[in-house]
Amino acid sequence: MAEININVEHLTRVEGHGNIVLNAKDGSIEKIQWQVSEAPRFFESIVRGRRWDEMAHITCRICGICSIGHTEASLKATESALGIETSEQTEILRRLIKAAENLQSHVLHVGYLVAPDLFKVGSVFPLIGTHPDAVLKIVSLHRLANEMSDLLAGRTTHPTNMVPGGFTSIPSEKELRGLKQSLLDAVPTFTDVAQIVLDNAGGLPDFTRETEFIALVADDEYAIYDGDIGSTDGGRWPVEDYKSITNEFVVPYSTAKFTKHNRESYMVGALARLNLNYTKLSPLAKQWAAKFQLSPVCHNPFMNSVAQLIECFNDVETSIAWLDQLLEKGVNRDERPKVEVKAGRGMGAVDVPRGILFHDYTFNDQGICTKANCVIPTNQNHNNINQDFKAFAPTILDKPEEEIELLLEMLVRAYDPCISCSCHYLDVKWKR
Amino acid sequence: MDKPRVAFFDFSSCEGCQLQIANLEEAVVEVVKLIDIVAFREVMKEHSDDYDIAFVEGSITRPMDVERLKKIRENAEILIALGACAHLGGVQRLSNQWTSEENKQEVYGDYVSDPDDIADTNPFFEKPRHRALDEVVEVDYVIPGCPIDKGEFAKVLIAILQGKKPPIPDYPVCVECKKKENVCMFEIGKFCMGPLARAGCDARCPSAGNECEACRGYVSHPHSNAQSDVLEKYGLTADAIMQRKTMFTYRYEEAGKGGD
Repeated sequence: MAEININVEHLTRVEGHGNIVLNAKDGSIEKIQWQVSEAPRFFESIVRGRRWDEMAHITCRICGICSIGHTEASLKATESALGIETSEQTEILRRLIKAAENLQSHVLHVGYLVAPDLFKVGSVFPLIGTHPDAVLKIVSLHRLANEMSDLLAGRTTHPTNMVPGGFTSIPSEKELRGLKQSLLDAVPTFTDVAQIVLDNAGGLPDFTRETEFIALVADDEYAIYDGDIGSTDGGRWPVEDYKSITNEFVVPYSTAKFTKHNRESYMVGALARLNLNYTKLSPLAKQWAAKFQLSPVCHNPFMNSVAQLIECFNDVETSIAWLDQLLEKGVNRDERPKVEVKAGRGMGAVDVPRGILFHDYTFNDQGICTKANCVIPTNQNHNNINQDFKAFAPTILDKPEEEIELLLEMLVRAYDPCISCSCHYLDVKWKR
Repeated sequence: MDKPRVAFFDFSSCEGCQLQIANLEEAVVEVVKLIDIVAFREVMKEHSDDYDIAFVEGSITRPMDVERLKKIRENAEILIALGACAHLGGVQRLSNQWTSEENKQEVYGDYVSDPDDIADTNPFFEKPRHRALDEVVEVDYVIPGCPIDKGEFAKVLIAILQGKKPPIPDYPVCVECKKKENVCMFEIGKFCMGPLARAGCDARCPSAGNECEACRGYVSHPHSNAQSDVLEKYGLTADAIMQRKTMFTYRYEEAGKGGD
């Protein structure tokens, strides 16, 4: 059998820089690796000496796509450390903003980054010519999600009005009613897009490898903004225990921090959330989960993109319910945060589009940060991607090299990796 | 006439500026009619080194990044810095306050068993210091901001396609803030970089009730004395000033000068 040598440098249609390496000879694999070549930015180092009210503004810059999630994890960590209380209105608004980010990120990933694989093209651009109707529908959903973030958070990328304790500006009831109507109007479009994906879902490989899934869990909602840490292997822990769940470590062949819990590796993200919180999904989301035959516990990582699509319905339906709650009570636009600075340590977790995210800060009595730690979803998935590679590659070695390469790329893309979130995503050292 | 060939590249950044191009939404369809996008790793698999215009996001960190940027400069007729990381070095430039060894120790120290893994002998870890593009190669134009404003990106693109100089404002954020009749941030007890910071964002942060952090850098000739007077009027300390000044503008501190 021929030699297979695949070296995808700087994988495309993912956020950040990563490489795929596969060397096989006579049907056996000599090396298969998912490598990360992102430049380090040292966020945990640079926030030392910064004030409590600057933390979210700096750490949201970890990620362009999930800057809202980083903002919320950051605010929760700061609030926990300083003992800052938030109002019910703030908690609902933040849930809405989290849902808006989920929608924006999921539509971008499924519509712009994954769909080209299902249609066997290199990017979304040729689809503008061949499938204009579908592309414009996806674009309109992307715009809606961004408009929702802009309205609630001031800006989609790097929010402008979110601060410890609440908000510096709050939308009017009229604007919130308008948003509710836009979400209601978008349901048929989401349905059309989901149907297109369903019609083409045959392109998703049928690959299963048992793993552990970790996500936020809550008693009364599909947890994305708040909750405890849950595992499909059983168990529930408070966020403060995050270090005993993530167990970051460094392996000799990679200087990236890996994580592991019960098994060799674990997975976070939409599929993990759906596997753990399936019963809390909204009605439409459940209907679509059934159409895709997706039920817990699904161990096919390619279904993560489908789980994202199903979450879109959940985000729309729960957002409408939250907006009703806000409007029923009346919106207090004059509410402003009250903060007293004191020393302390606090942790915050949210489940961002790519999975569970932790921020952990320590402040001195002047409110100056002295120590920070951030554990990023993609970091937690890195190990699982490598384990998937080891199980998946042998099953596709008989295919043409080009197809093997595409399938490995699709596997990484399914995780929707966000490599720039490289707080401490170390560069991989490899020997050629 | 052939459509100009345009490429997008990213270095150390959150890639949020490239995301603003996707956020043009329906207008992307119009943009694609005007230009041929021949490289854009974040959204397309195809890649060509034959391009006229290069948009580059991110700060330049390691020797390998310098080499990559120099190649892009050789290939491109026009090179445009996209966003605060490319323009100023980004928030990550704050890490230049410490040596790279100190940064590595703080971030990875507890997790590394073999110090070689994060040593300069690892090419992906060689001397990480964050710099702006124009500290490495010649840059033709800058689209400032963290992130860039998508409307401004469209304006700059159109100007370049017409062979004109892109219209980037060179007056402070206060001008836009006053036009919007916002309450001055200093009046509500906040610290604002508006008097020194380059406008063009429509005073987005102050309009949302939050202070300006000068993500677009300083105007060419900042009225530093005026800023000092404002600070004095509101009783702010020198320490607070130095801290706040640096979130996006550590470049100026490093260079020991007041403008770009």
